[in-house]
Amino acid sequence: MDDSKFWPQGVTRCKPGAFIAWMLVCLGLGGWAMLSAFLCIYKGLNQTNMNDFFAFGVWIVVDLAIIALGAGAFFTGFMTYVLRRDELKNIINAAVIIGFICYSGAILMLGIDIGQPARGWFGFWHANVHSMLTEVMFCITTYLIVLIVEFVPLVLENRQISKVPDLSFFAHNLHRIMIVFAATGTFLSFFHQGSLGGMYGVLYARPFAYRTGIVIWPWTFFLFILSAIASGPSFTTLIVMLTEKVSGRKLTSHKVKMMMGKVSAYLLSFYLVLKIADTLYWANVTLPKMGVTFGELYGGGPYGTYLVWMELGLFGVLPALLLLQRRVRESYGLLALAMVLNCCGAVMNRFVMTIQPLAIPVLPFEKFVGYLPSWQEWGISAGVIAYGLIIFSLAYRYLPIFPQEVELNKG
Amino acid sequence: MLPICFEWHWDVGHFVFMGLFYTALTIIGAGVVYTFMATMKDLCSGKDPHEHGHH
Amino acid sequence: MSLADRYSAGEHRFGMVIDVDKCTGCGACTVACMSENNVGVLFDETDKLRSITWMRVYQIDNGRPFPETQVAFFPRPCLHCEGSHGQHTPCVSVCPATATDYDEHTGIVSQIPTRCIGCRYCVGACPYHARYFNWFDTPWPSGLERPLNPAVAPRMRGVVEKCTFCYHRFQRAKNKAFLSGGKVEEMDYQTACTEACPSGAITFGDLRNPNHKVAQLAASPEAFRLLERLGTNNKVYYRTSREWVRRKADNYLQDEKTGQVAASQGGGH
Repeated sequence: MDDSKFWPQGVTRCKPGAFIAWMLVCLGLGGWAMLSAFLCIYKGLNQTNMNDFFAFGVWIVVDLAIIALGAGAFFTGFMTYVLRRDELKNIINAAVIIGFICYSGAILMLGIDIGQPARGWFGFWHANVHSMLTEVMFCITTYLIVLIVEFVPLVLENRQISKVPDLSFFAHNLHRIMIVFAATGTFLSFFHQGSLGGMYGVLYARPFAYRTGIVIWPWTFFLFILSAIASGPSFTTLIVMLTEKVSGRKLTSHKVKMMMGKVSAYLLSFYLVLKIADTLYWANVTLPKMGVTFGELYGGGPYGTYLVWMELGLFGVLPALLLLQRRVRESYGLLALAMVLNCCGAVMNRFVMTIQPLAIPVLPFEKFVGYLPSWQEWGISAGVIAYGLIIFSLAYRYLPIFPQEVELNKG
Repeated sequence: MLPICFEWHWDVGHFVFMGLFYTALTIIGAGVVYTFMATMKDLCSGKDPHEHGHH
Repeated sequence: MSLADRYSAGEHRFGMVIDVDKCTGCGACTVACMSENNVGVLFDETDKLRSITWMRVYQIDNGRPFPETQVAFFPRPCLHCEGSHGQHTPCVSVCPATATDYDEHTGIVSQIPTRCIGCRYCVGACPYHARYFNWFDTPWPSGLERPLNPAVAPRMRGVVEKCTFCYHRFQRAKNKAFLSGGKVEEMDYQTACTEACPSGAITFGDLRNPNHKVAQLAASPEAFRLLERLGTNNKVYYRTSREWVRRKADNYLQDEKTGQVAASQGGGH
């Protein structure tokens, strides 16, 4: 079996046998997810370990995390098409595909997470415009449409598909007005990244999550936007680096990666300044007004103060300091390490904001309740990752997403 | 989503929220429609589909 | 602030006063509520994190060793918060599908199970754990459909439900008042838990009507609400003369005096 005529012009890919074996591994994970999804839909959400205390579980953490990491798509799109940073054209395609994977994966997951999946459209039809979650639903879906529009021309550029004149013209014309879609996507994405943070900040009866803010937006609204655009470019670059390591081929020049690292560095530093200020204000002003102390909230069960040091120190200040230095960005390994830490910080922030507010009781006579996900919950989470691996592997194999690849691998 | 739903109110919240939503949808829709029309035009004009090269 | 000024304009503001010093923790209110509102019995009711009890009785103690140990009970229905302004309860403001609503006329927080998509955002938003998600299909073994209350629809799996202050009883009372040409009287509309309480610890009525007993009790200096300082501005009051019980009803910093801090938040959004 030879599929080389479908590969992008002038590049080589691994043998079909190896690719099929890899796909089978991913499909195996996918099978676990399908079984879990079937059980959750057929038997109900009692298949999870969530309960009335842990109304949100690992799915929401994964959802929020992948949406934050997927922010590389809109922010790279914004820098490429709106700010006209032409170097980033070498990585924008990968960013779009990762964004597409993250957003569609999140929506698939939410479809299982809600108790009545068949009623998912009620959130649109009977929208409560005052709810942050409504804004999230509207923006994520609309932005997914944008991502599909951005993804379509990449698919149409496949060597065989582009031979069809209709499709080739269509892809070309879509490309020409990409700035319109990129700008719309930026607007939508900004709002729902914020609304995801707002979802927690508005919970005024949950001291752990509640934040003051301006007008209708709690501070978490702005912090979530910033942490998403700080970690998104890092995640995109990391996936490209991972693909380079797995395939043994150079895909983008190191200059492009350094630029993404620099963007992450400045945004992460800005985010951290605000996040630390927010944490201090919350701990010293907001919480005491509610009769709660910071020590009480970070002293329950396994959720100790070490989480703060990890989130803001190890996964915050450290990667920011690393990425700010040119020497670090010049080194392939150190750049990757700093970016991994940066992404861990975003994931950790989403974990802390989702699980911990629910774990800590608000009524003084309630008890702390623990939660560990069931295998079905892990299955669906693994399934989203498998889904991403499959889409990205197929895209890498058959679509010309890295304009520099041919040149970088000459000789 | 539509004024026919009973929870719809003609208030600021709905104007801003739904206004922005339908604006975004209109922009995306117009972009896609424009692309279709431009493609039809290109096809009828008999241009060579590969002259614009790679992106 | 006087009782009437605490809530937004509206004909009624139904509420409750529960006398903690009278409550014996017998659980009759819980049973009456389940029976009145068609809350089913699950196969495993020992998992209290997943079973449904609209009216839950919390047991608290003063934390002292015997013989100084004292015990008290907080029966907890849905507290029907109002927040800083009308619709701003912790739960109503967050529901994406408008499946829960704040009734401007009665002040009752309703739940529309047939519209709920089961996202559980409201469950996370409620600090009182008054909202319950249907994790299971409720088994209704043959014969058990006969004692179902025809005025209340049983709920399906995958939706959130909660105490409605027996809203169907209010509808019934309104019908009666319409037919007789009068008004809804205090005793025409009483919740099932109120009626069932053997020690008379629960008083229910219209907080806005000064002639109702509940309005008089709620105005007493010994009346307080759970987590008052979060600004949920709810309509279920408790009463006790014991300081330690009252201290357990809210979060306090070490140097703060019980019951002397005002609601500081009120949900500014």
